[in-house]
Amino acid sequence: MNAEQLIPILASTVGAATPLVYASLGELMVERAGVLNLGVEGMMLVGAIAGFAVASQTGSLTLGFAAGAAAGMTLALLFGFLTLTLQANQVATGLALSLFGIGLSAFVGREFVGKVVDGLKGLSIPWLSDLPLVGPLLFRFDALVYASLVLFVAMQWFLNRTRAGLLVRAVGESPQAAHALGYPVIAIRYLAVLFGGAMSGLAGAYLSQAITPMWVESMTAGRGWIALALVVFATWKPWRVVLGAYLFGGVTILQLHAQGFGVSIPPEFLSMLPYLATIIVLVIICRDPKTILLNQPVSLGLRYHPGA
Amino acid sequence: MPRLEPRGEPSRAMSYASPVLAVALTLLSGYFLFSFLGKDPAQAFLVFFVKPLSTAYGIGELCLKATPLILCALGLALGFRANVWNIGAEGQLTIGAIVGGGMALWLHDVTNAWLLLPLMMVAGALGGMAWGAIPAFLRTRFNTNEILVSLMLVYVANLLLSWLVRGPWRDPQGYNFPQSPMFHDAALLPVLAQGIRTNIAFPVALLFAAVCWVFVAKAFAGFRFTVAGLAPAAASYAGFSAKRNIWLAFMIGGGAAGFAGVAEVAGPIGQLQPSISPGYGFAAIIVAFVGRLHPVGVVLASLLMSLLYIGGETAQIQMALPAAVTGVFQGILLFYLLAADLFIHFRLHWKRPRVATTHPTKEAT
Amino acid sequence: MVDTDNIMAPRLQLRGITKRYLDVVANDDIDLEVKPGEIHAVLGENGAGKSTLMKIIYGVTRPDTGTISWEGREVAIGSPAQARALGIGMVFQHFALFETLTVAENISLALDERIKPAKLAPRISEVSAGYGLPVDPDRLVHSMSVGERQRVEIVRCLLQNPKLLIMDEPTSVLTPQAVVKLFETLRRLAADGCSILYISHKLDEIRSLSDSATVLRAGRVTGTAQPRHETSESLAKMMIGSDLPECHVRDREPGEPLLRIERLALKSPDPFGVDLHDITLSVRSGEMVGIAGVSGNGQKELLAALSGETRSMRNEAIMLGQTPVGHLDPAQRRALGLGFVPEERLGRGAVPAMSLAENALLTGSHGKVANGGMVRRGFVRNKIVRQFARDVIARFNVKSRNEQVGASSLSGGNLQKFIVGREVMLDPQILIVAQPTWGVDIGASMLIRQTLLDLRDRGAAVLVVSEELDELLMICDRLAVIADGRLSVTVRTRDTSVETIGTWMGGQFADAILTGGESMRA
Repeated sequence: MNAEQLIPILASTVGAATPLVYASLGELMVERAGVLNLGVEGMMLVGAIAGFAVASQTGSLTLGFAAGAAAGMTLALLFGFLTLTLQANQVATGLALSLFGIGLSAFVGREFVGKVVDGLKGLSIPWLSDLPLVGPLLFRFDALVYASLVLFVAMQWFLNRTRAGLLVRAVGESPQAAHALGYPVIAIRYLAVLFGGAMSGLAGAYLSQAITPMWVESMTAGRGWIALALVVFATWKPWRVVLGAYLFGGVTILQLHAQGFGVSIPPEFLSMLPYLATIIVLVIICRDPKTILLNQPVSLGLRYHPGA
Repeated sequence: MPRLEPRGEPSRAMSYASPVLAVALTLLSGYFLFSFLGKDPAQAFLVFFVKPLSTAYGIGELCLKATPLILCALGLALGFRANVWNIGAEGQLTIGAIVGGGMALWLHDVTNAWLLLPLMMVAGALGGMAWGAIPAFLRTRFNTNEILVSLMLVYVANLLLSWLVRGPWRDPQGYNFPQSPMFHDAALLPVLAQGIRTNIAFPVALLFAAVCWVFVAKAFAGFRFTVAGLAPAAASYAGFSAKRNIWLAFMIGGGAAGFAGVAEVAGPIGQLQPSISPGYGFAAIIVAFVGRLHPVGVVLASLLMSLLYIGGETAQIQMALPAAVTGVFQGILLFYLLAADLFIHFRLHWKRPRVATTHPTKEAT
Repeated sequence: MVDTDNIMAPRLQLRGITKRYLDVVANDDIDLEVKPGEIHAVLGENGAGKSTLMKIIYGVTRPDTGTISWEGREVAIGSPAQARALGIGMVFQHFALFETLTVAENISLALDERIKPAKLAPRISEVSAGYGLPVDPDRLVHSMSVGERQRVEIVRCLLQNPKLLIMDEPTSVLTPQAVVKLFETLRRLAADGCSILYISHKLDEIRSLSDSATVLRAGRVTGTAQPRHETSESLAKMMIGSDLPECHVRDREPGEPLLRIERLALKSPDPFGVDLHDITLSVRSGEMVGIAGVSGNGQKELLAALSGETRSMRNEAIMLGQTPVGHLDPAQRRALGLGFVPEERLGRGAVPAMSLAENALLTGSHGKVANGGMVRRGFVRNKIVRQFARDVIARFNVKSRNEQVGASSLSGGNLQKFIVGREVMLDPQILIVAQPTWGVDIGASMLIRQTLLDLRDRGAAVLVVSEELDELLMICDRLAVIADGRLSVTVRTRDTSVETIGTWMGGQFADAILTGGESMRA
């Protein structure tokens, strides 16, 4: 394998990783606030179709991405209403959200099957993008790839350096104590859930507008669930989320290119790799219960009612 | 302003009423959805919910489609009662179909149905159990979240099936279509009556429901499940093994789903194809909740869900309604149910509670 | 103390405060007055409505009716932030601290001015040094003992220069010596002009600390007093409406050891938990042994090891009679005659959403009850289960409509009577009880203690783990103290004193493990 083969593989790894970065950073915020939203897959799909629909109608990718994020947020709002206001079980509601998102996106999307949009293009930065090797590896990605890294830095800073971030962590650990100090626990959790929804929606829109600029039913193919697994893999730390997302991006791309390298494994088995990798990674992280106990937000997934 | 007030005790009446309320609200939403799509709601309801039930064949189809739902949902419901979140019934169903169907292909020269069918059924159930054993083992041994593992295995199972019907098990006379040869007659489940497609898997599913009811209502093992679900710390205090519950839940759930899978391929499908289930394993999650995790409720909810599937197909043909509307209905139904469940634990108070007080004039603000 | 010429407005004045939850009146027409620089006690037994009243003052809960005046001005306290703005600080009974955050981060969250935790550190050190409450701003809360956590809560309040400090049962987590130090701090604060509202059900404390007191019973004010001029008996009469009941402890010669713990060592499965070191203890037939200690010193871990909920120790580390049980699960140990009453009632000792009958089945499934067991060939025999539950209700005076009501609808005291009753009716040879009367009213407490004594008199071995030293001194034959996962030797209760046990609770019970006071968990 030479550099000419390697560069596109590395570059497409970044593309494959980016939706995972958005979706899992979003879910990470939700979980740090103590809420478990298993509806990522559904929110991504709804974001994908909303983004694609708006982009193909208006011709504006920007509007498409905004619509994707808004659609994800709308579903997240529904989740928040059920779990935070109506106190429904978070696991059941999250599953419902995923099933609903799959159904809804298929329903809305039937009119968009077969249509195409002009996908998001890589940036062309004068001089830098044209550099050999470094250009295609660092300076030719689309704007959302760079934005995902900005998001990572911003979240790292937010969670560890700001009072609001401290509050999110506090609410995730003990909503009772936060309530006793007079903080609006439910409102804070709503904001986190909405943020997670927007990020999932954006991740979905990235799939349908940048990676494969078209709509295919259930096109996320389990990426929403992988994003959830990444948060566990990352032990709820943003930098490890990014690391994990890039690892998974690599696995996804490798299986696409494997046949090009003359690997004679049936494609179905190669396609299993990301799912098997998810399981293996979960086993490695969860093997020692203390790793999870030490890092998982204490109130994750638990019902909380502020009382009278 | 209405206010939510916690009830002293959960309301039993509400826990039965809330699925009914959810169904009613779903129908109401359907009314608006059909109107929005420019269809006459009355006609759509007729096509969706009445037409399929107007013929013996239709009722047969209802029971046929309800069968895998009943089987999968019963297994899931038992697990959910114990907080064991097996959501990979779809994968266990697929593996059941592969192993049971593989048995039919392998033993294609066995013509005795009394020998072959039980073998296939057992093989299918064992296949589903084996697939369920993976998340059970990883959860009990490595503390790994069973939701994500069982779900990932759905994708793996589907890819495995896809490889088999495109590769080693493809019908040589099948014009290169990705499907196995048709099963021979001895490998097909007998139908219950002429003119319908319902086969003996349906009474088996009902029998299984009865067994589950006994398990839940009478067996001490069922009590252990319920305690583990309601209060895990109390279960561990009482000495009920969490690992035993997890294994049992996955074995029952995997076995039932695997049986459902082989019943599909040995029933209405008759061969292995890349897709053997329109998402029964996922719909079963909704069925389990709508059925209140209770065996009788699960049977009723399965019939309802089956009607949604058939109605969706009829509506697609007769009214050009998209089939995906079924998926939307399923989601909406579950949302309403989760929302309505609020009233099991809370009640609405429309006014501030009136308090008899010796200082009625001092109203705090 | 009370100056009749004092025309200063009271710092806090409550008039006609009423608060109802469902059918329970938690506070009924309560009046209360606190003067500047006064230590005012609110006295009442568990369930009298003290905590509700404090939540109302701190703005966590709103009253249904009634008025609150602050320094002569009527105010509405809608939130804790408003309370803090007025100058009210509160130290919670179950601390409102975040374990995964540092002291400085915790304190910064409670301040309404926005200061970076890093810049807060010098101020924390200054205040804590000034009042003799040493805390390290950079430490994570989960690594601290309960006493240290309480100091963090107090410092957190003091940083806001409060004019009124509410302390909710602060001494339940302290050694007797630490209580003395806490009182010194409180007196100093009061001398500086800060009023203190001190909530407790401990009569001696209130008599030694407070200037005045308001007594609550069943949500109503039953009197006000100057505790220094009262006796414990007269205060008790106001608090419970009658004289303090007493237990009847008969002398009894103990028999053979039924429970033996031999050099038990155990790493806690919880990363924030306490490891157990080299614990040795035996409890004999007809004997009641108590384990005292400040919470968070290994009680939870020891109890889980004894019940069988954790089992990663040597098989011989725990012996029931002649049988080593270290590897047996709770059900197997129960079959060998072990009964267990856990500290948490709802969710562990009982399933809240299940009926009392089902909760009888929880531990009674394989117990020896009338007409053969509750379970036969894997099936539950409902008739026998319900009869057993009815017997528990009748014999232990559990106030409940019938055996079909949910466990969550019972009051704390009644549920505890049911759980203790269930375990006792299963006729254990060894009974282990954690916090037998925690949060239970005095009537039920006495019934529970007497039940345990009767069981001991019938020849059972009883082990009581409690943070209430007074209780252990009242009912136990021998006492041991647990500190930092180590257990002291036992002493006969009549040969020891509060002072000795108090010193031991600080960890100083053997030269080998002398590490000095509460900070030993650091």
